[in-house]
Amino acid sequence: MEPESAKMIGAGIACIALVGAGIGIGNVFAALINALARNPAAQVTPFAFLGFALAEATGLFGLAIAFLILFVS
Amino acid sequence: MALKLEPLEQFVIKPIVPLHIGKFDVSFTNSALLMTIAVLVVSAIVVIGTRREALVPGRIQSLGELAYEFVGNMIDETVGAEGQRYFPFIFTLFMFILFGNLLGLIPFGYSFTGQIIVTFAMAAVVFIGVTLIGIWRHGWHFLSFFVPHGVPFVLLVLLVPIELLSYLIRPFTLSIRLFANMLAGHTMLAIFGGFAASIGVLGLLPLGLDILIFFLELLVAVLQAYVFAILTCLYLNDAIHLH
Repeated sequence: MEPESAKMIGAGIACIALVGAGIGIGNVFAALINALARNPAAQVTPFAFLGFALAEATGLFGLAIAFLILFVS
Repeated sequence: MALKLEPLEQFVIKPIVPLHIGKFDVSFTNSALLMTIAVLVVSAIVVIGTRREALVPGRIQSLGELAYEFVGNMIDETVGAEGQRYFPFIFTLFMFILFGNLLGLIPFGYSFTGQIIVTFAMAAVVFIGVTLIGIWRHGWHFLSFFVPHGVPFVLLVLLVPIELLSYLIRPFTLSIRLFANMLAGHTMLAIFGGFAASIGVLGLLPLGLDILIFFLELLVAVLQAYVFAILTCLYLNDAIHLH
């Protein structure tokens, strides 16, 4: 296999990490909507955004690896 | 159609004033320039904001008061009254990262929080400082932090190494979280910018997407500064109250 094509495949595989981030962010905001629909006075929005940031970061680890594979020679 | 993309070019450190002391390269770089600007902007907001101390605050004073109260409330909610003595450190950390992220979003600017060494240095200072505070306040009793309460002895053999590992990994997750967010965000902006520049009229599509991503990055810039600060508070809470 050409090294160049192996790099492309590797970058694609590294992006699978974003699946988890997507599920996590979806869960966070689903739970936020659930909470606010049941109790509109609940003060949970800051925690939701904290959870969003933490969940997003895990996926970005994978995305950063993909970028490093693709563009760092 | 040849598409030449070098989205990581924006993270290259370029020396502005070359300077060598012995074997060490201590040049004044674009990274150092942006850090200096960030420090000056934060200092200006705080100094100018507190100079007149008007009862009805002006614009800059409101900004300063907003940031002050935001960090103050954050420490109150997570650490409690004992945390207020560490307020200056957390306030400095929060404002420095916030303005580092925001200044990095200015086109043709430079984001020093996208450098792993910068974020790791900050995370290492937080980690070492928090550990020292814990040891200073509790002495040997600090080690009980790694032993969960009410767990059978057999499980402790498994749990203590896990607790220890999850404690030692903190500076790495803290620094990589900020670094990866900035790196991925700016790289994404540069890639879509490259698409927009290279495919003619159709380039308006990626340009529109780029603008939307920019707003997301604005959110992420503020959010990551908040996350860094609040995780520092939580670690401080662990060190002060031990569970």
